[in-house]
Amino acid sequence: MAQTRKSQLVDPLIDNNPITLQVLGICSALAVTSSLSVAFVMAIAVTLVTGFSSLFISMLRNQIPSSIRIIVQMVIIASLVILVDQVLKAYAYEISKTLSVFVGLIITNCIVMGRAEAFAMSNPPVASFIDGVGNGLGYGLILMLVGFIRELFGAGSLFGITIFETVNNGGWYVPNGMLLLPPSAFFIIGLLIWAIRSWKPMQVEEREFKIQTVEAH
Amino acid sequence: MPDANEKKGLIRRFLDMPNDSVPKTVFVAVTLCLVASMVVSAAAVSLRPVQQANALRDKQSNVLQVAGVYDPNVSVAEAFEAMEPHVVDLSTGESTDQFEIDTFDELAATGDPAIIRALDEDPAGLGGSMQAYRMVYILRTEDGGIDKVILPIEGYGLWSTLYGFIALEENGNDIFGLQFYQHGETPGLGAEVDNPRWKALWNGKKLRDDDGDLQITVAKAPPPAGQEFYIDALAGATLTSRGVHNLVRFWMGEQGYGPFLERLKAGDI
Repeated sequence: MAQTRKSQLVDPLIDNNPITLQVLGICSALAVTSSLSVAFVMAIAVTLVTGFSSLFISMLRNQIPSSIRIIVQMVIIASLVILVDQVLKAYAYEISKTLSVFVGLIITNCIVMGRAEAFAMSNPPVASFIDGVGNGLGYGLILMLVGFIRELFGAGSLFGITIFETVNNGGWYVPNGMLLLPPSAFFIIGLLIWAIRSWKPMQVEEREFKIQTVEAH
Repeated sequence: MPDANEKKGLIRRFLDMPNDSVPKTVFVAVTLCLVASMVVSAAAVSLRPVQQANALRDKQSNVLQVAGVYDPNVSVAEAFEAMEPHVVDLSTGESTDQFEIDTFDELAATGDPAIIRALDEDPAGLGGSMQAYRMVYILRTEDGGIDKVILPIEGYGLWSTLYGFIALEENGNDIFGLQFYQHGETPGLGAEVDNPRWKALWNGKKLRDDDGDLQITVAKAPPPAGQEFYIDALAGATLTSRGVHNLVRFWMGEQGYGPFLERLKAGDI
């Protein structure tokens, strides 16, 4: 790999973002972005899990039998996720209550498995670790952006601190309830992908087929 | 020494095998599972005391909040000493000393069959069974009379079971407050059960009319019985509101704390 360490870390933020370019990990991005603090903790958790799972998988990569390769990756990822869940329950109880099942569902987050399979299985440990952290941060960046929009316009607050006083609490802001529901994250991510691809046309995928034009006789 | 060499030799022999041979596959699978399970169980065991303390503090602070005696400057454990726990047999409404107070929560959490009773009708969505004994808390006035009783309640809303407490005045009929400490309702809609303005609506409402009929209602329009039994439903959360309506009525009714509230009213507690 000719990539430098720095580009490995920075590339997944925009140029090779796991959500907007690779379109991985959408499911959890819909579920945990209704408030910023939850999105923030989730971003850290995913970054840690992708980083360390890539590190451990890369360390074992020459010993893993290819017939049970996916299961080995799952065991490592699942153990790390349980570890994160236990630590959150012990030291961030309030947030772990809001995240509830979604911490456990990091196991099924395609980004973690995707990086393990695509990068860590064929690269040395340090490079894999940086790649994992970079991708986790790329995921986290989109999560925070979506969370920012959803919490601000859906609940009138950021990190739980009121910015717009909502009507329910006697203020003026009528919150957009749809932004608090998961489908709104779909729209926001879709718009983000559009914006990024307009800015960087390189990311636009080639058409898989062309419509043939038939000349009229 | 030869022993150690032999052991080392064994692992080395496995590592040198071709990756896809059967013994190597089994070796990798078993070793990995052993290591992973040790890591996970070590974390679970070593963090359990902290987690349990968190859960307990969370529950206690909710009991204090619903009774209106929560003070952020006083430690929860200290403030909670004012609460007098009782395990109540729901069918008779009498306190029982058949269980240890300290371990009762664990019994309840594990769904011990000794305290579970099957339900024929399940309006609160409890999954067909309920606890036949519950831990309730009594807050005393300075002269030893009853100030408030705090009763745990739960039931199904739209997505999730809501767990909470209701605080009643000493007559067992006037509501002081209601609070849910755990639920998974829609943020912004059903999760507005946590909104302080909505919770404040419960203060001062009555459960039963003068004939002793349960009248408390969460709905869009006031019931015929009158405003004093009426809590305005949450806008945009019809099913969560209906869930709260059903669960409050269930727990305040005959299958729930009804007998206990009778005794409370009669001054037998």
